[in-house]
Amino acid sequence: MLLSFLPFYPLISFLLIILLKKQLSWWQTSVLSVGAMLLCAITSLVLFNALNQAPDGVITSHLWRWFSLSDGDSFVSVNFSFYLDALSAVMICVVSCVGFLIHLFAAVYMKEDENFGRFMAYMNLFIVAMLILVLADNLVLLYLGWEGVGLCSFLLIGFWYQEKANVLAARKAFIVTRIGDTSMAIGLFMLFNALGSVNIVDVSELASAQWQLGNNDAYWICLLLLGGAVGKSAQLPLQTWLPDAMAGPTPVSALIHAATMVTAGVYLIARMNGLFILSPQVMNYVAWIGAITLLLAGISALVQTDIKRVLAYSTMSQIGYMMLGLGAGAWSAGIFHLMTHAFFKALLFLTAGAVIYALHHQQNVFKMGGVLKRLPFESSLFIIGLICLMALPGTSGFFSKEAIIGQLWSSATAGQALWWCAILGAFLTSVYSCRLFFIAFLGQERFSHPVTNLSNKGLKASLITLALLSLVGGFLVPDLSGVFVNTTQGVNNVVEPKWLHSVAIATPIVGIVFSWFYFSQYRSAEPNIYQQAQLKENQNPIVRYCFSGLGFDHLYELVFIKPFVFIARLNKRDVVDQCIMSITWYVGLWRDILVYSQNGLMRWYAAAFAIGLVCFIGGWLL
Amino acid sequence: MIISLLMIGLVFSGGFAWYMETKRSGQAKFIALLATIILGSSFTLYIATSPESYAELVLLTKVTWISVFNIHYMIALDHLSILLLLLTFILTVVAILISWREITHRQGFYYFNLLTTIAGIIGVFTAVDMFLFFFFWEVMLLPMTALIAIWGHENRHFAAIKFFIFTQVSSLLMLIAIILMAFIHQQQEGQLSFAYQDWLTLTLPADYSYYLMLGFFIAFAVKLPSFPVHSWLPDAHTQAPTAGSVLLAGILLKTGAYGLIRFVIVLFPQASEEFAPIAAVLALISILYGAKMAFAQTDFKRLVAYSSISHMGFVMLALFAFNANAFQGVIITLVAHGLSSAALFTFAGMIYARIHSRDLREMGGFWRASPVMGGFALAFVAAAFGMPGLANFIGEFYSLIGAFQRFPLITILAALGIIGSAIYGMLLFQSSFQGPVKNSFIDLSIRERFIATSLFIFLLVLGLFPNLILQYSFNGGL
Amino acid sequence: MTAIPLEHVLILACILFSIGFFGVIVRKNTLFMLMSLEVMLNAVGVAFIGAGSVWQQADGQVMFVLILTLAAAEVAVGLALLIRLQQRFKSLDIDCLSQLKG
Repeated sequence: MLLSFLPFYPLISFLLIILLKKQLSWWQTSVLSVGAMLLCAITSLVLFNALNQAPDGVITSHLWRWFSLSDGDSFVSVNFSFYLDALSAVMICVVSCVGFLIHLFAAVYMKEDENFGRFMAYMNLFIVAMLILVLADNLVLLYLGWEGVGLCSFLLIGFWYQEKANVLAARKAFIVTRIGDTSMAIGLFMLFNALGSVNIVDVSELASAQWQLGNNDAYWICLLLLGGAVGKSAQLPLQTWLPDAMAGPTPVSALIHAATMVTAGVYLIARMNGLFILSPQVMNYVAWIGAITLLLAGISALVQTDIKRVLAYSTMSQIGYMMLGLGAGAWSAGIFHLMTHAFFKALLFLTAGAVIYALHHQQNVFKMGGVLKRLPFESSLFIIGLICLMALPGTSGFFSKEAIIGQLWSSATAGQALWWCAILGAFLTSVYSCRLFFIAFLGQERFSHPVTNLSNKGLKASLITLALLSLVGGFLVPDLSGVFVNTTQGVNNVVEPKWLHSVAIATPIVGIVFSWFYFSQYRSAEPNIYQQAQLKENQNPIVRYCFSGLGFDHLYELVFIKPFVFIARLNKRDVVDQCIMSITWYVGLWRDILVYSQNGLMRWYAAAFAIGLVCFIGGWLL
Repeated sequence: MIISLLMIGLVFSGGFAWYMETKRSGQAKFIALLATIILGSSFTLYIATSPESYAELVLLTKVTWISVFNIHYMIALDHLSILLLLLTFILTVVAILISWREITHRQGFYYFNLLTTIAGIIGVFTAVDMFLFFFFWEVMLLPMTALIAIWGHENRHFAAIKFFIFTQVSSLLMLIAIILMAFIHQQQEGQLSFAYQDWLTLTLPADYSYYLMLGFFIAFAVKLPSFPVHSWLPDAHTQAPTAGSVLLAGILLKTGAYGLIRFVIVLFPQASEEFAPIAAVLALISILYGAKMAFAQTDFKRLVAYSSISHMGFVMLALFAFNANAFQGVIITLVAHGLSSAALFTFAGMIYARIHSRDLREMGGFWRASPVMGGFALAFVAAAFGMPGLANFIGEFYSLIGAFQRFPLITILAALGIIGSAIYGMLLFQSSFQGPVKNSFIDLSIRERFIATSLFIFLLVLGLFPNLILQYSFNGGL
Repeated sequence: MTAIPLEHVLILACILFSIGFFGVIVRKNTLFMLMSLEVMLNAVGVAFIGAGSVWQQADGQVMFVLILTLAAAEVAVGLALLIRLQQRFKSLDIDCLSQLKG
């Protein structure tokens, strides 16, 4: 029963804020929206506990019958029903707890914005959609949540809609994810056509009963669903929208573009694990997509100048890890990484937001410098976030990332090559983290304004809680064995070399040591040395290539957008209409010819009459 | 009897409004609104209290009209026509409310034309004698042309004539087909008959049932409209007054779909089965071409007009898929598109009333001054691009899932229309409501708020509880 | 008195008719057009009379009388129009009356 209320707390808060926007003060709006989230968080935790006592480890809640599809003679109901098992329980806890903390932060952070009410309302609406996505018991309802979070993401990226750049970023995010959504929708049609059901549990059961390993239908359906996941989770080849999405306010980047929405793709694949298991080939694609994305994003993150863009690329790269884990069959590890990543990436974004705020909306790391001394509280939290991101031993990131990497070597759908990719990715992660830290937090101050500290208690509380979660999150291992039952079939009997784990653990530390020397100029207190380094980096063509996200934007612009716009502009007048209207031109032509004969001169008519008569009589006589 | 009363009532109150307007100006709109509400609610009451289930066609009235040719005045109702009639009444109220301040000259005659069009449309949705059907088909056409030609925008005469000629030429083909059908009936049963029910029992000769079907199909495809005979629509929509666009998009296009369902599919099952691949390809082209053209437009109304072509493509694709899911999709899409495109056209009208332009390049940043309007605009755009939770999604989902069973490849390509709709939807919304502020703007008045809220509630309720109408819907004889 | 052959009469009538017709077409002045019309009518009259004398019937002459009256009436109406034309356009040029131009 409690389950069915869950999305309605934020929904009610959303409606109240939207309807009474003008009447509500800042205080009332905050209490309403944050309070709804608090209720959500408590409910989620209660539900998480209740799950242990529940029979079969599943709680369901049926709200109403949405519509029913006919499958031959029988009807298949598509319901507004929620389905809570260990997987969705982890997700709702992440969504509502992290969501609550970010709401708390946002209520303070966005206080001065003139559209504060609208902002909090969108955030609440986003949580509604996200909860529906996670709790949906069928894929159509999941699609509702899926599109809902997309719409909220669009609204929040374009929250400051008067800036042209934000508008374009919002449009890009929406349309690119929409491409993935469409692929997912087609997958859904195919799935229904093949199995006659859209219910997640039924689909998995039917699929494993009816299809053999490597079934062709399963292959295509999984591939199409993967398309959806790739769009939402900003993986190759639909990854280009995420860095631009940083145009939104920072809490949005933390909530949507780091902790929750972008991991929806990971959730989708994990949710449909019963189907993906049947198609090892697609699992392999998933792993490769994850691996390539994590490397590409890591390389791009190495050269970014905007602190939020570094974090955005880092998010892509971490989601790449999750995908890699899922592809390798390390389902629980993937979800575990999703959870810990939500904690530490939210922490990183929020502290970055606090730093940006303190420096008067300065996002360029090269214009920061020496923040450690001026903002020790924020900086120490940022360090916590970074060491989790780098997966130093003992932090939450360590446990989850090692869990993924540890399973790669012997997985049937992954293998050694992917293991090396993951290690290289871990190395890159620690290098770009160090670079970011050195440039922004060490060295000499390069900003002129005095810093403005955010000294609100609620804000600090939310940051500290997130930091604690990031540190100890590694011990909150969710037990997902009930969800991912048949994961063992994808293990190769390979002998793992003994150095495997030591290498994985040592890599981040190697990365730190490497960057300590390689980026020594960046942490130098001498402005000259620093400037030389910066200049050198700016002039390097490879750096500039990496800076633009490895040129994918240009490529897509050239291959898709330009031709599309060109053809559209070319055909603005509608060539079909022109063809049809050419009939009128033809008629008009004859009219003009005949008008010429109707010259109004009586003598002409008489002459024409006579000629006609002569012709007629002549013709008759002959 | 009730339907005849509705039509007489509409025409009569239109005439009355016209007459009263000459006495004292400003009265016509009240009379028109009151008449529509009274007639609409009495129709709803009648249906609600009627003992009939209307699952099949129920003959309400039969009066001999021209006995020589065995032509009768025959009116019948079933779920499909009831649903479309209710939609008609809702949109008529919207159309009258949106004209409230927009129409300033010759008001009386305007409302007379408006109500006469509605009377004709009601006739189209209920007539079961084909001669009568054709009669009403023409009745709704003339006042609509007048609405465009007299109260339209700058290029109205051209648009009105284009609209008229397209519809007229195509309906002549239908007339020929109707007369041929009557003769076939005479050959087989011994006497002429124009009655729909009589035609259902005919066994059509295979060789020319295909051409007969085409005669009907072309007439309805023009009205729907389908590629390549869609080009009257952007002009008519753009030039018509707002209420005209609302009626055109909301109801007149639906008469095309209604005709396809009622006559083409049901009367010529074999022929349409044979024709289905061609129709599906046409539908696919409509979907993609409409979406593409919509993206290229800079005129608000023209963009929405092309989006209608795209959406009606989904209807046609689903219709020719011949399965239960697809038919459900058709019904929902008809209603949902009627509401959502009407809503978008009312917004075009509201924006035009404020900045006297339909050009998207001259718009921008309206959201700042009018958050309520922006919110609603976003909701309606979201409906148009198939946001789940709103009615259009249910329609598209049903249509595509049904069509997929029959035409997998075409449906996959048609699903690209979903991306297309997102692209033009974003373009429409962002270039008008987001971006830098370019014009001074005022938010919705109470009357406009009422229109937007009620349309949105309809869309939302149908999106969340589509069973409200699905349980009554038409199964296409399956 | 030798009878004039019908052919000659008809040839004369044809020549007269053609002259009249070309007059109508070529002349712009409405007065001359009316006169040419008279020539055409008379050409027809000649043909009728010639035919009447060949068949030894009075019908031809009856027809000629009818044509004469008709011509008189026509001239009356024509001249009235002519005067209106002169008043309206200050000219007798028939080409002034070309408002029916397409």
